[in-house]
Amino acid sequence: MTEGEPLVRWDWVAGHLDEIAQRLLEHVELAAIAVGVGFVIAFGLALLIVRRPRLESPITFVTGTLYTIPSLALFVLLIPYTGLSVLTAEIGLVSYTLLILIRNIVGGIRGVPADVLEAATGMGYTPRQRLWRVEMPLALAVIIAGVRVATISTIGLVTVTALIGQGGFGYFILIGIQRFFSTELIVGAVCSVMLAIGADGLLVLLQHRLTPWTRPA
Amino acid sequence: MPAERGATVEFRDVTKRYVDQIAVDGLSLTVPAGKICILVGPSGSGKTTSLKMVNRLIEPTSGAILIDGHDVLKEEPTQLRRRIGYVIQQVGLFPHQTIDENVATVPRLLGWTKQRIDARVTELFSLVGLDPGRYARRYPAQLSGGERQRAGVARALAAEPPVMLMDEPFGAVDPIVRERLQSELLRIQRDQGTTVLFVTHDIDEAIRLGDRVAVMRGGKLVQYAPPGELLAHPADDFVAQFVGSDRGLKRLGLLTVGGADLDATVDRASVDRNAPVLAPSTTLRDALVRLLASESQIGVVVGGDRYLGVLTLATIGKMIRSDS
Repeated sequence: MTEGEPLVRWDWVAGHLDEIAQRLLEHVELAAIAVGVGFVIAFGLALLIVRRPRLESPITFVTGTLYTIPSLALFVLLIPYTGLSVLTAEIGLVSYTLLILIRNIVGGIRGVPADVLEAATGMGYTPRQRLWRVEMPLALAVIIAGVRVATISTIGLVTVTALIGQGGFGYFILIGIQRFFSTELIVGAVCSVMLAIGADGLLVLLQHRLTPWTRPA
Repeated sequence: MPAERGATVEFRDVTKRYVDQIAVDGLSLTVPAGKICILVGPSGSGKTTSLKMVNRLIEPTSGAILIDGHDVLKEEPTQLRRRIGYVIQQVGLFPHQTIDENVATVPRLLGWTKQRIDARVTELFSLVGLDPGRYARRYPAQLSGGERQRAGVARALAAEPPVMLMDEPFGAVDPIVRERLQSELLRIQRDQGTTVLFVTHDIDEAIRLGDRVAVMRGGKLVQYAPPGELLAHPADDFVAQFVGSDRGLKRLGLLTVGGADLDATVDRASVDRNAPVLAPSTTLRDALVRLLASESQIGVVVGGDRYLGVLTLATIGKMIRSDS
């Protein structure tokens, strides 16, 4: 850092509001696509596991292995195939959501009480009706808990994709490091954290709205 | 006026075999339309398995189960289940639905109009003694155990099923609530005319509720009889032991003073003034207690304003020994 410089130069912040807004949009887009696509894939795999429990170990093994690959390495390793693209970023980001989402969707469905399932079948729900009208609503709280964790970790991870030309707020962090400019680095980090907190708050509200039966009388 | 809504349920040589054991072994019995049949026995006797084969939650290995002559195995299971009421011990109300939504479950599955569903739900709330204004919009977690079980019964009866299956429905509520729910079940069953198959391991509950009681042991039907006969003539030592050494006393609980051989030749004026006065509808069990507690050990039976005769301990003793 340059001697005598303040940690944050507010005049820089004031002069770059447009760019901050643009990076915010990019950050939200990268994270939203990752969690959205990850959820669709995880949902399909979770239903498969619920129907065929034997698939649980292999699926957990693969998604667990993906989760352990250092993100920095994964993004760079993908460059020869998919280039410095949004696709490269999303392949990595989606991969990291799967383990958490699958675990929570499976756990949520398996956590539905046996007596409720027996009553539903005994009253004449078809298996499909039972899944969508009974099991899914009751699994929702646990599923949304998984989406919260996946969302927070994805928002943090998006900053790393700055290395492959994406990154949202990560761009500021990267440039800040390269130029020894603390203002940009701090703005990037703080905005990313605030975005994660905000997104988490929205999901808590969503869960509250969608599961009114869990509220105390 | 009891509706003629109930259906006959017939088990024909029904067997359920698992890999290492036989759960139900050649069960044959017929439950007449509009009657309550209690399946009773120790755990592992096959009573719950038998019940669940009626709505095909469990498929029999061999044999046939007929509802009004139609083989349940030839029907589509979900369609079949929508025509059979089902109540379980843990109630199994859907936690994410309000009580009125829970009660409306089967009518919704059957595609009733909203108007018809609303009317039926209101009717059911009053039938099971829940105030719709108070309970309709609540979630199951906000109800007591007894209230939940009432809601469970309302839900089972929603689409006016000809048959209702009940698997230890009152096993998890306290004795006072249980007794009240039992009385209400009898009232509701008479009102609706539904045929009820009811599983319990409690012989007192079986005797209290059953038109007929099926005693099961090790997957076999040991005895199938009205409660009075079960108490008077247990088929074997197992049944005798199961109904309890106090079966004579239990039987008195089913008989009334009016059905006893009263001695009308005794002049009422000659009877001790402090002798208890009994109504013909009093059970012999209650009468016995009152006679024992009185000094005269004799009871004056009065029906309406008419003197019907005296009841003595000897008469009660004769009723215990009698064969009816």
